[in-house]
Amino acid sequence: MSLRNCRDVKVLQVSPVGRSETPDEFFELILEYPDWDGWKPGQFVMVRPVSWELDMLWARPFSISSAGDGRLTLFIQKVGRGTGRLARIAPGDMVTLWGPLGNSFAVEKDTPTLLLAGGIGIAPFRGYVERHPSPKNVQLFLAHRLPLACYPYDYLCGHVQGQCILEEKPEDLDGIIDAMGGLIKEYAQKKGLVLACGPTPFMRTVQRFAREFGARAQVSLENRMACGVGACLGCVTRDGEGHHVQVCTKGPVFWADKVEL
Amino acid sequence: MNMHVSIAGLELKNPVMTASGTFGFGLEFAPYGDLEALGGFVAKGISLKPREGNPMPRIAETPCGMLNAIGIQNPGVEAFVTQALPALKSKDVAVVANLYACDAAEFGELAGVLAGEEGVAALEVNVSCPNVKEGGVAFGQDPAQIARVTEAVRKKAGGKHVMVKLSPNVTDITVCARAAVDGGADSLSLINTLSGMAVDVRTGKPRIANVIAGLSGPAIKPVALRCVHQVVRAVDVPVIGIGGIASAEDALEFILVGAHAVQVGTANFLRPDFAFGLAGEMEKLLSEVGAESLEAFRGSLQLPL
Repeated sequence: MSLRNCRDVKVLQVSPVGRSETPDEFFELILEYPDWDGWKPGQFVMVRPVSWELDMLWARPFSISSAGDGRLTLFIQKVGRGTGRLARIAPGDMVTLWGPLGNSFAVEKDTPTLLLAGGIGIAPFRGYVERHPSPKNVQLFLAHRLPLACYPYDYLCGHVQGQCILEEKPEDLDGIIDAMGGLIKEYAQKKGLVLACGPTPFMRTVQRFAREFGARAQVSLENRMACGVGACLGCVTRDGEGHHVQVCTKGPVFWADKVEL
Repeated sequence: MNMHVSIAGLELKNPVMTASGTFGFGLEFAPYGDLEALGGFVAKGISLKPREGNPMPRIAETPCGMLNAIGIQNPGVEAFVTQALPALKSKDVAVVANLYACDAAEFGELAGVLAGEEGVAALEVNVSCPNVKEGGVAFGQDPAQIARVTEAVRKKAGGKHVMVKLSPNVTDITVCARAAVDGGADSLSLINTLSGMAVDVRTGKPRIANVIAGLSGPAIKPVALRCVHQVVRAVDVPVIGIGGIASAEDALEFILVGAHAVQVGTANFLRPDFAFGLAGEMEKLLSEVGAESLEAFRGSLQLPL
């Protein structure tokens, strides 16, 4: 086991994404890559700017969006105080970084694989499609509320086949759910793999259809975490047997039939 | 500088321990540093039977602190002995087991299970958890109960060091400290978390499912320091200081006030390698302030006449 998993690294770049339509809502945080022995799509890192001192204590967990060539890219949505302050960090600032943490999505070269992303849930799929050994077997579905330019959707479509639906008004939700149901049924029939990341209601829908159609599905969970290493027990979820398990170390990726959402 | 400390028979190569509930069973932090760099570590609270703990959400961030209401989630003492302890035994670090039970008899039973385990250097008696309905801080607020629980553990501890962890959620912590000493405590560790809560005006709900939770982190350090200051002057057993330690200077403040050692808690979450370098930082700072030794520095606080 490496002893160098926690390091202070430099911020290389902070780039707003889709800025003209949604100022600062989404941004890419690009950090010095600490040359980890390896990482797998679906894993995450804990990030805590040194400048926070003792004001905000917790590091924030983010999926690894992409890593390599000296750069670690995180795709972040500004949702609270921590991500708000991270959006204002400057190149050259230092952040404490530990990882890569948790488990990863299944990769099966010859299996038809469906990626279901709900909004910011697209973040880990960038690394997934970049590293997949057979991208022709992978299809992406994105359900989104903000303009498509806010997401790395076009980039991903350069690697795999994509489909997206905008949720502008509440009635659009039915169309999204129908589309998800149709896709999950199709992948169940062809004994494919369904991988999902997004908000909890989105994941519940994936879980429901996976059960209904007998699909092999994995869901990546996001819970509030203090440590990221399995010690604080603040991020637990219930597994298939009703026991509390740490999302950070037993997940964040769970088989959909082995977790309570 | 010699950083070794002797705490009523509990020998630590340096005064840095990690606090229960913040360091798992130690192995979670093994990729980030050498466990043997610590004087000791206190495993997360264990009970006779496994406990699932409280519902989610369990944690919330607050200014310079955090709230938690985990509720002693743990796999039970048998799993601790068979799964965690074997991996820890070979390490040159004092392993302290933190005990949680619902009554004095159960505390005694739990101590009895661990009494014969050579990998356990000491038993820390948790009479101060604010996050469980039964036992918990209710013991810690009743001096008679503290004495009874300590006595029950003392009797079954098989000669192991007994440390009692005190709650700050009392009117006079020195009364509780004396009760623990009367019950046979070898040392006292303080403080556990302060009772607190947080609410969300947007949802209209508490931020923690348990509503009331335990506040920790740098926000509570002044309270912890005051408690240690009062207790070291009230009893004759060694005291271990806990509460908001996030730097070598913080740790030495507790030693200056009279603590023999410190436990680092929430700071382990700021970065997972924090505790491993702390003893070295303390040693450096002791030299900088011109201390002759750790022992000479301990309790050397100059109070106004």
